[in-house]
Formats: sequence, structure tokens, C-alpha cells
Amino acid sequence: MLRYVVNRIVSLLPVLIIVSIIVFLIIHLTPGNPATLILGEEASPTSIHQLEEKLGLNQPIVVQYLDWLKKMVTGDFGQSVYSSEPVTHMIAANLGPTFSLMVFALILTLIIAIPMAVIAVWKRNTILDPIFISVSLLGVSIPAFWLAILLVLIFAVALPVFPVAGYVPLSRNFLGGLYHLFLPAFILAAVETGLVARMLRDGMLEAVNQNYTKTARAKGLTESTVLLKHVLANALIPTTTVIGTMVAGLMGGTVIVETIFTIPGIGQLLIDSIYRRDYPVIQGVILFIAVVYVLVNLIVDLLYTLLDPRIRYD
Amino acid sequence: MIILVASVTSSVWLPHSPTLIEPDQRLQGLSLQHWFGTDNFGRDVFARTIAAAKVSFFIGASVALIATVMGTLVGLLSGYFKKIDFLVMRLIDGMMAFPALLLALALVAAIGGNITNIIIALTFAFFPQMARVIRSAVLKVKQIQFVEAAKTTGTGSGTILFFYILPNVVSPIIVQGTFTFAKAILAEAALSFLGLGISPTIPTWGNMLQEAQNYITIAPWLCIFPGLAIVTTVLSLNILGDGLRDAFDPHSRMKRSGAQRLSNKTKRETINSIGGRTV
Repeated sequence: MLRYVVNRIVSLLPVLIIVSIIVFLIIHLTPGNPATLILGEEASPTSIHQLEEKLGLNQPIVVQYLDWLKKMVTGDFGQSVYSSEPVTHMIAANLGPTFSLMVFALILTLIIAIPMAVIAVWKRNTILDPIFISVSLLGVSIPAFWLAILLVLIFAVALPVFPVAGYVPLSRNFLGGLYHLFLPAFILAAVETGLVARMLRDGMLEAVNQNYTKTARAKGLTESTVLLKHVLANALIPTTTVIGTMVAGLMGGTVIVETIFTIPGIGQLLIDSIYRRDYPVIQGVILFIAVVYVLVNLIVDLLYTLLDPRIRYD
Repeated sequence: MIILVASVTSSVWLPHSPTLIEPDQRLQGLSLQHWFGTDNFGRDVFARTIAAAKVSFFIGASVALIATVMGTLVGLLSGYFKKIDFLVMRLIDGMMAFPALLLALALVAAIGGNITNIIIALTFAFFPQMARVIRSAVLKVKQIQFVEAAKTTGTGSGTILFFYILPNVVSPIIVQGTFTFAKAILAEAALSFLGLGISPTIPTWGNMLQEAQNYITIAPWLCIFPGLAIVTTVLSLNILGDGLRDAFDPHSRMKRSGAQRLSNKTKRETINSIGGRTV
């Protein structure tokens, strides 16, 4: 077990190096001189030169990369070109809303997806199953932003029950915060649910045919006990993997949902920085997201082996 | 399909030009003359929705095609040649460490948002997944005896790859290609919606929705139809992909035991192959 954990962590190193190279290259992919791009066409040659010096743009690219990597590893993500604030501060300041939003969305997804899958499997020989498949396909086909627009339309125009913009920190007012987060989190959850419920259903259908399920039935247990205690419990284990993938979906989704609902999170920061051509911030945010994503997947993988001792890798 | 045919033939039968500005017809509701109403510049929303389909299909199809070719090549080579496999897969792992939409966002932010650049960005965001799936298909086919047999009779690697292995991995290629088509359309719409995609002079479903957002209370029809167009298109592609997978592999609907013991990575590939979901 320990060897597996160590191996798994060591295997992250090459991934993280590739990630850092890609993030580093973002600024160098821009056509023309990055300094000109940041300062605008009308900037004076001296200020361009100063910025080049500051960002180390006048050095060979490999040296630049190594310098940059050294800073990143020590937690120095540089400064925003726009506000001169350290990028790490900006990320930290925007982390709370995104984190609350994602956790809320994750919980909502599970609340919706688990009963959906259980019902689909329970009524698997009825019309409900094809309906379930269609609904989950519809779920993966609806763009989050359109769903957001529709819900804003309903709740802003027709029945003003939920606020359609704004953010209240959960630490200041927990219920009020949740209330503000409900619509955005629901949208993210709705988009994710189709996928998670589908995975869970497929997992449960697999478990339905297993010998332990037959044994449970043979013992005379009721169908609901069999489904919940034996089938669902076994199907949940492989479904933990979905959480890793879900986090990727949620991260993409938060960018859009935060923009629509004006939530001051990481996604909003990223989009604002792209508009401002604030490359250090863009790089910092993208790198941060990628590292978090890699770590989440690591934790999910480790959790997976812990939950199901049958699985061992070399 | 209907949307595709309609968009291709649109210039012949459309009563209104998608870019014609009619200031006296601003924000008109639904009518016989303007089926889907008109937008803030008095442009016909129906005409624009159909015209946008052309752009979306072009981008989706190009991304699907290029990503499929690249993914297939990388997957074939990496699955077959052990020497390059390690290096290539670490590279792919690195690219897949970014949520696809964010990778596309970052690339578009760097190289700018026109049709060509969006195709490039989305291809880079989606081809790693493709390569992964093809690679694992190749790894399976490689172990079947006929490949062994071909090797023993002295058949060259190239011949084995393209004439023995490739025909046997065609079905995952087609299925993944269909899903990539769907994902690319969704992602393009999201980028345009965020204002980072194609400039509003060319109508796309995403930028139509972005503009429509400002008129949400006074002209809700502006928000409805482009979105419906996206959902219909992506849903049809996903149903097509799902159907193709079931047609190619009758077992996929109910995979039997053993699947639980699949390694985690394989699981993730299975997840990726369910539906074209990015946004």
C-alpha cells in the first residue's frame, strides 16, 4: 500500500513539469512581444524595455523558464500587471466563493443523482429507464450558460424567489450565503448530474447481476434492502472516480456561472484577467487550477484503493 | 441533420439576411415575418440562428476531424511502440491535467479569438482524451494473436499498424469523434459566450446569447432560440454517439463483472466516453 502511494505521488512529477511548461508557454504563444501586448500598442519603448527587464523577457527562453519555475515552486506567482498585487493574494482572496460554490454543487449533484440512479435501476424494466437515459443525455447536452440564462429569466422575470446575482460570504451570513449560491450551484449540479447518475446506474446494473446480490435476494431480503445495502454500496465505490472528473467539469462551469451571477471567485478573476491581458494572473490561476485538479485526482485514486481493497496497482 | 441541411441551403431560401440591420424593426417579438423575432439591431434572429449553425458546424467538424486524426496517430504510435509510449503518455497526462475548457480558454487568451485560432485551441484541448482512448484500444488489439502472427511472418510495423490494428480500432475512433464534435460545439459556444470567441460580426450561437443577456427582461426570445439550437445539435450528436457505441459493442449497455476491477485510469476513460460534456 505504502509503495503504491509513493509510486503514485512520484508519478505526478512529470505531469506537473509538463503542466508548468504549458502554463509558461501561454505568454510566449502570444503573437508579437508580450510586453507590448500588456502595455498596449502606444506604450513608449522605454516602458516596454522596463517591463521586459522586470519580467525577464530579454533572456533566453530556457533561462526564463527555469527562473519562472524556481519562483513558482517557492510560491511566488509574481505580480499582477494591472493592480501590482501579488497573484497569490488575488487567488487567495477569490478562493472562498469558488470553493463554497463547488462544494455546494457537489453535494447537490449527489443529492439529485443517487436517488435518480436508484430509481432507474429499481424500475429498470419499465419505461422509466429509457426516460432516465434521455434525461441524462439531455443533461450533458445543455450548456451551463444557457441553463443559467433560462433560470435567470424564470427567477428574475416570472417569479422572483431567488436572487439572480451577487454573493454573500458564508462566514458572514451562512443561510443568506447559501440562498445566494443556490441558483449557481444548482446549475452546475444540473449539468453534472446526468453524467454522475449515468455512471452510478451503470455501476448498479453491473452489481445487480453479481453473486452477492443473488445471495441477498435468496436470503429473502426485500428489494429495497438489496438495492440500497448491497447494490448501491458496491456501485458507489467505482463512482468515487467520477468525483475527480466532476471537479474538472465544475471548474470549467464555475468560470461561466461566476461570470453570469457576478460571484467574485477564481473564474471571474480568470476572465477579468484575460480581458485585461494580465498574463501573470492568467498563468497563476491556470497553474493553480491544474495543480488542484491533479491533487484532487490523486486523492480520489488513493481513496479508491482504500475503499476497495480488491484493487491494487503496480 | 435538419439543422445542418437548413444551414447549408440557407442563403437560397432565407427571407432575411442575418446581418441586415433594420433599425425600425428593433427587438420585435415573434411574428410571421420574423419567426424568432429580431434583436437589438433589428436583425432577424431566425436567420442569424441558421447562419450561426454554419459557423458552429464548421468549427465542430474541423475540431472533431483534426483531433481525431491527431489522436488516432498519437494513440496508434504510443500504443504500439513501447519506447515512445512513456514519454508521450506523460505529455498527454500533463495536457489532461487542465480541465479542457480552461485549456482552450488559456490558449484563446494567448493567441486571440478568430475561427482558425479557436479550432487550434479546441483541438489541443480535446485531442489528448482521444489519444488516450485510442491507445487503450490499440493495447487490447495488440495482444490478439493475429498481430503476433503478422509479426512472426515478418510484416513491417507500419503495415501492422495501419492494416492490422487500425481497422480494429475504427469503432472507438468514430464514437469518440462524434462526442468530440458535440464537445467542440459546446465549448465554442461557451468561449463565444464569454466574449473570448468569435467577434459578434459573425453570428454564432454563443455570441448571440451573450448579446441577448443584456435584453433578457425586455426580449426573452433572444435568449431562447440560439440556446435551443445548441441543445438540439449537441443532443443529436450525443444520441448518435451513444447509438454508435451500442451498435459497435452490444455489451456496452451492461458491462459484466470484471469492470469493477478495471484500473482507475480506464474508468476515467469510460467516463470521458459518456456524452460530450465540457461545460
